[in-house]
Amino acid sequence: MTSEFVSVVDIVGSIREGKTTASDVLEQHLARIDKRETEIHAFNHVMAESARANAASIDADLKAGKERGPLAGVPIALKDNMCTRGVPTTCSSKILEGWKPPYDATVVTRLQQAGAVIVGKTNLDEFAMGSSTENSAFGPTRNPLDTSRVPGGSSGGSAAAVAAGFAAASLGSDTGGSIRQPAALCGVVGVKPTYGMVSRQGLVAFASSLDQIGPFTHTVADAALLMEVIGGHDPLDSTSLDQPVPSLTAVLGQGVKGMRIGRLADMPDGCEPEVLARLDAAFAALKAAGATIVDIALPSLSYCLTAYYLVAPAEASSNLARYDGVRYGLRVESADLISMYGATRAAGFGAEVKRRIMLGTYALSAGYYDAYYGKALKVRRLIANDFAAAYQSCDVILTPTSPTVAFPIGEKTSDPLTMYLCDIFTIPTNLAGHAAMSVPFGTGAHSMPVGVQILAPALGEPTMFRVAAELERAS
Amino acid sequence: MSNASSAPSHATILPNGWEMVIGLEVHVELDTKTKLFSASPNHFGDEPNTNIDPVTLGLPGALPVINRRAVELAIRLGLALNCTVQASTFHRKNYFYQDLAKAYQITQYDQPINIDGFMMLPGDVRIGIERAHLEEDTGKSTHFGGTSGRIHGSDYSLVDFNRAGVPLVEIVSRPDIRNADQARQYVSELRSILLAVGASDAKMEEGSMRCDVNVSVRKAGEPFGTRCEIKNVNSIRAVGKAIDYEARRQVDVLESGGTIRQETRHWDDSEGRTHTLRVKEDADDYRYFLEPDLVLLDPGTEWVESIRASLPVLPAARRAQLSQLTGADKESEAVYVIVERGQDDYVQLVADAGGEPARALVYVQQAFSEAGSNPAVPAKDLAGLTLLERDAKVTATQAKTILSEIVANGGGDAGAIAAAKGFEALDTSAVEAMVDAAIAAQPDAWAKYCGGEEKAMGALVGAIMKSSQGKADGKVVTALLQKKRG
Amino acid sequence: MSPSSDAKTTPKITAQVVAKVAHLARLDLTEAELALMTTQLTGMLDHFGDIDKLDLSAVTPMAQPFPIKNVYREDVVVPGLDRQEVLDNAPAPQDGRFRVPPSNGSES
Repeated sequence: MTSEFVSVVDIVGSIREGKTTASDVLEQHLARIDKRETEIHAFNHVMAESARANAASIDADLKAGKERGPLAGVPIALKDNMCTRGVPTTCSSKILEGWKPPYDATVVTRLQQAGAVIVGKTNLDEFAMGSSTENSAFGPTRNPLDTSRVPGGSSGGSAAAVAAGFAAASLGSDTGGSIRQPAALCGVVGVKPTYGMVSRQGLVAFASSLDQIGPFTHTVADAALLMEVIGGHDPLDSTSLDQPVPSLTAVLGQGVKGMRIGRLADMPDGCEPEVLARLDAAFAALKAAGATIVDIALPSLSYCLTAYYLVAPAEASSNLARYDGVRYGLRVESADLISMYGATRAAGFGAEVKRRIMLGTYALSAGYYDAYYGKALKVRRLIANDFAAAYQSCDVILTPTSPTVAFPIGEKTSDPLTMYLCDIFTIPTNLAGHAAMSVPFGTGAHSMPVGVQILAPALGEPTMFRVAAELERAS
Repeated sequence: MSNASSAPSHATILPNGWEMVIGLEVHVELDTKTKLFSASPNHFGDEPNTNIDPVTLGLPGALPVINRRAVELAIRLGLALNCTVQASTFHRKNYFYQDLAKAYQITQYDQPINIDGFMMLPGDVRIGIERAHLEEDTGKSTHFGGTSGRIHGSDYSLVDFNRAGVPLVEIVSRPDIRNADQARQYVSELRSILLAVGASDAKMEEGSMRCDVNVSVRKAGEPFGTRCEIKNVNSIRAVGKAIDYEARRQVDVLESGGTIRQETRHWDDSEGRTHTLRVKEDADDYRYFLEPDLVLLDPGTEWVESIRASLPVLPAARRAQLSQLTGADKESEAVYVIVERGQDDYVQLVADAGGEPARALVYVQQAFSEAGSNPAVPAKDLAGLTLLERDAKVTATQAKTILSEIVANGGGDAGAIAAAKGFEALDTSAVEAMVDAAIAAQPDAWAKYCGGEEKAMGALVGAIMKSSQGKADGKVVTALLQKKRG
Repeated sequence: MSPSSDAKTTPKITAQVVAKVAHLARLDLTEAELALMTTQLTGMLDHFGDIDKLDLSAVTPMAQPFPIKNVYREDVVVPGLDRQEVLDNAPAPQDGRFRVPPSNGSES
């Protein structure tokens, strides 16, 4: 896998060795932003001034012999649903336009402590609801490889920022595939960690039992490094796993000899033939490297979309109720409180967000809970059971990340259900709470990148990264 | 505030065989340093919005983490109410209001931490406690404009979130209460228990204990009637008044052919009546679901039993012990008052110093209403006085005087004080002589008394007390007169 | 998936129900939005009726991925937010508090 851009690992090394400075590295990235950002619109907010000050301070410290951490000088972009103190955090929604949080998300603090230089907040589907970044209230992001096409979503801005060289790495969030799918569509690496491995404190919640933060990078080694920096127990997140991140960088060279790679015997319809061809090539590469292929079944797979589109909106309808115009964000002044609520939320939320709030409210409401939300939680148990059974006979599972390559802007926006089908391969992992990542593996139709998804059981990151590294070598 | 069943009952008796059925929901603020789900101070009376954090304000991205001490206090409270402590979960109760920052309250729903308890009231009345669960408090709104500072007709409200997130335990009784007296006793005893285990300072006037009262009526033997919930009941006294009013109101409605609407009503203490706050026709749809940001709370047998072992002796047990020590009825006013004040340990000290316990109880009740749980008078001094009175060396009246002096001086030798004041009780034979003299001097009064006129004794007793210059013990005189009459 | 089995287990979503749900969610929808929402939600729920085929009677619900328990915080004060910073980002701060229009008595 080659990239025209320098990896995080190489940036860190070059700065440490004095071959370049944090400021110089930053200026290269800012120059690329200057050149193409208008066209691509990866960012809601570019933080050039604070980034320059930060880079300068890092350079000064390093010159004085002071350590600044494992990511010292690395320009990183953050999806605009992670709280950054004093810096607008909008979730690409009018209801939070201009809102500046009075506190930082845990991952932001960890990145800063590691010496990262935050270059900006990236565009997303509003409140992370979408698969194309076309639901942003501030305009879509375009795929850097073909600006007539979507970058994927909901973390489209973060994927595009890395693909376009605006940042050496970025963070996104993944609830049903929102890191992995844009990673595949933009030709970069994207990781959704095991649920609880990365703190959600300061991540604006979409669906609390499904959300995870993860990295976008050019290389698998970069992703491993980012995971090691941002992951690990956080006492401020009750759902965060009580253990440190497993060692990932160290295992990357261990190969896949003797591993069992699961292949879905029953593939869902709708995959482009080139995507399936790339998947086959991936299996072949792993086999050549000493792994065995095992056919597995996930009988509940086809029901996952339904389960997800009942569970996630239900939790979201509750998580988004706080946007009421009382304490922060948009307010439409009215004569009484109820009118204020109704008018504020009508003006502040876009169509997809409203749709999911309605769906979720309905699924939870009296008389309908058992038929919808209650059932969906049981389907969730079924898919978890399916995975448990499958992982008896394999170590990881390989699927396409997305059934198609990046599609044209506007192609799937007329019918919400069409858009939802983008996530059929990614959703099951979120429901089960497992780990998964997308690795670029060649191109498909229209010369657009294809991503292969590696699924692993909970805490299976080391195995997953070993497979990813092998695929990267072979791609 | 008396709990004794012997105290006169002011509770309404309903006419025509109607019976009132009462359930109480009491919210108590736990006495922790920080809030239930975040580390801001749990402190009353601070400048508005100075005890805030992302969780309190419901900021985007904020996550709750439960306060271990709040869990511990909830368990203490539950055990003191004879509950079963179990593994429990939290749910979101979703609704919109200005003082609810997240637009949902984190509370406990179908699996609460404490269930199936009870409290005993005087007369061996058992009130079941359905549950006592943890939940977070809301912020506080102040309404402006309009006429009465109440919300109807106000121009705007200002919201303070200092109180938002304060840990609450909601204690729900079963509908076992049958009159206003029992309701007041329940609240009063609950307060004593809360103070004893250190769970809350339970001050209704500060809002750290809040009562909602559920009232319905029925004819004895019939199923439960429709109930109304009464809010804004801000004192123990108001609990009784509101119940009496509401029960009577419901009976009046039913007897005139109407039906009771299930609703929430507001108690107006100045007017002494309830009125409709909101009707529950369109039952609130709270869309409860499991709180995904929290995990199972499973304290485990070891922790629960260690908490149980660390509980102090509870008020009911202390009253029983005091009753055993002094011979006074465990439901008597004296016993309730002494335990309420925390002075039962002191009475024990007086007994340990050789004092006569029954008299010690009386003295402590009389003398130490403001003294707190540790009266500053050496127990042996009080002990000495009890023995003087027991041995009839001073009269009851004289003992009272000596007691006042001992208290005023922070101590003193009862015998020396008695001597200094020239107090001495006459011995029985001297008193008997005076009794015989009085009988001889007032033959008419004596005849009337022997004939059954109890009041005639008064003239005889009065004469004896006067001639003895107070040195005759009134009880002894009376006993002798009764004995001589036969 | 026959219509009759749908009718048994999948309640129909009418415009009236949608309006009620919109009120629960405090979303003011225009007439056009209401109509479109009714159509779209109906379509989605029809699609989601696929789970009615499954026998879920013996399945326990799964609300969270892992059986974590007992995550506590010690009862120690940690400095919170600066009030001014919060109020500077509030729509209607007044007297150190958040101003809102009258609610006319109804809680929710």
